[in-house]
Amino acid sequence: MRYSALALVRGALAAHRNWTPAWRSPEPKRAYDIVIVGAGGHGLAAAYYLARNHGIRNVAVLERGWLGGGNTGRNTTVVRSNYLYPESARLYDFALKLYEGLSRELNFNIMLSQRGHIMLAHSRHDLESIARWANAMHMNGIQAELLNREQVGELIPALDMSPQARYPVLGGFMQRRGGTARHDAVAWGYARAADALGVDIIQNCEVTGFAKAASGAVTGIETSLGRIQATRVGIAVAGHSSVLARLAGFQLPVTSYALQAMVTEPVKPALDKVVISPGTGAYVSQSDKGEMVIGGGLDLFPSYAQRGSFAVLQSVVAATLAIFPSFSRLRLMRQWAGIVDVVHDSSPILGPTPVPGLYINCGWGTGGFKAIPAGGWLLAHVLATGRNHELAEPFQLERFVSGRLIDEAAASGIAH
Amino acid sequence: MMQLPCPLCGPRDEWEFACGGTTHISRPDLQASDAAWGEYLFFRDNPRGVHLERWRHTFGCGNWFNIARHTVTHEVLAVYGMGEPPPAHLRSERS
Ligand SMILES: Cc1cc2nc3c(=O)[nH]c(=O)nc-3n(C[C@H](O)[C@H](O)[C@H](O)COP(=O)(O)OP(=O)(O)OC[C@H]3O[C@@H](n4cnc5c(N)ncnc54)[C@H](O)[C@@H]3O)c2cc1C
Ligand SMILES: [Zn+2]
Repeated sequence: MRYSALALVRGALAAHRNWTPAWRSPEPKRAYDIVIVGAGGHGLAAAYYLARNHGIRNVAVLERGWLGGGNTGRNTTVVRSNYLYPESARLYDFALKLYEGLSRELNFNIMLSQRGHIMLAHSRHDLESIARWANAMHMNGIQAELLNREQVGELIPALDMSPQARYPVLGGFMQRRGGTARHDAVAWGYARAADALGVDIIQNCEVTGFAKAASGAVTGIETSLGRIQATRVGIAVAGHSSVLARLAGFQLPVTSYALQAMVTEPVKPALDKVVISPGTGAYVSQSDKGEMVIGGGLDLFPSYAQRGSFAVLQSVVAATLAIFPSFSRLRLMRQWAGIVDVVHDSSPILGPTPVPGLYINCGWGTGGFKAIPAGGWLLAHVLATGRNHELAEPFQLERFVSGRLIDEAAASGIAH
Repeated sequence: MMQLPCPLCGPRDEWEFACGGTTHISRPDLQASDAAWGEYLFFRDNPRGVHLERWRHTFGCGNWFNIARHTVTHEVLAVYGMGEPPPAHLRSERS
């Protein structure tokens, strides 16, 4: 069913009884050409691009819980491409460009809002590093604007710009094309479009092991719903990547941490930019519903618990109120966490693993929502062709042996 | 708030501590291959289960110590000194 204004009118006339489910819930087949583990944004996008770019439709996506229930449904929805190195700039800007056309392509409104993403500078050192950062972006062909103190104050009236501000704002820089997108809609849009092209999305199906040939190549997957044959398998399970790698018999340079976020009660529009303050440790945007969506740094100890530590919650709220004192009366409605896959250079791992036939997309850590279209595209490419796409070439597992890291820690948002 | 047992100060709130990551990692000798060196620097077990790790009571006595902690429940299963081996019954959890 195509979604459109006309379809809405028709629905209204039919008392909205005519809507059909957006995807099927099929039984798993015994075998597929390609199986993807994890129905987050990256796994669903990979399935969609396998069908759309490569014509491979005998594909299943296996999901332990419900689709989009991992980090894709838990993140703070910020999209941007303000990275430091050319390899990353190419990758994240490719994702942002795909996002710019995605609602139309998927016939599903992902509510992309390019409202501008502003990084605050609170010290002379911050001013120097944002100048370097904006220059690096220009070198990479990506727009960035340095802002002085007055400009920041005009763009974000709710900021504390008073002389007695605890963390004075000295300037900032903005990527105008940055902003937010509706996270659930990205998962649902890709799921619906992949399903329409014949992909089986199988929820409540946990992968518990891998079957291998004598050569060591993967031949199938053990799941809670039985064995499924496949000689090409893609893993896109974010914080659970090490668990899957262990089942397949190798290790990854990944540590899993809880990253938390929270929302306030909804209020009238008060903030129409995404604001990040690495110096204080918080970032904030206002959702279409009116909630202030607040995030901060990691809970800095390994965890698979999907719940945020109170110590970090306190510091993130304190940082938010230091820059936005007028938010102090807002009540927090919800707080949650997702398990993110952090690697040493804060850059993703996209490509083959030591197990022939098994490919991985992981290492996005705290910032992979913005990359979903690219991560899916590149995983589909390597699964379909057996070769890395050129955009993925710098992001191989092998860099942790050669030492050719792409260190984006400084651009990954709040320091970790 | 999570509490951790400092061997010198007793249980204290989480924010007084800094986690130093996986413990019992020893540096290979300088002739090691790139692969062995990469493994030492970057590759980790990252278990969903019992993790042997070191912590420092940074905003307290400054002492480093080891604990065995479950990464899902966050339960602390053992506390032991920096130079000591992990309790025998928890060792099998390491690969
Ligand atoms: C609080 C928070 C805020 C964030 N904010 C941002 C942001 O503003 N901008 C940004 O770009 N990024 C952000 N991120 C990061 C971003 O959410 C992730 O990088 C991204 O969503 C990862 O997508 P994914 O598809 O790889 O993983 P997920 O969406 O986590 O999907 C992985 C799926 O794999 C499934 N799975 C796991 N194990 C198995 C198994 N054994 N068998 C079958 N299925 C399994 C899980 O159930 C899950 O559904 C944030 C993350 C968090 C937690
Ligand atoms: Zn102490």
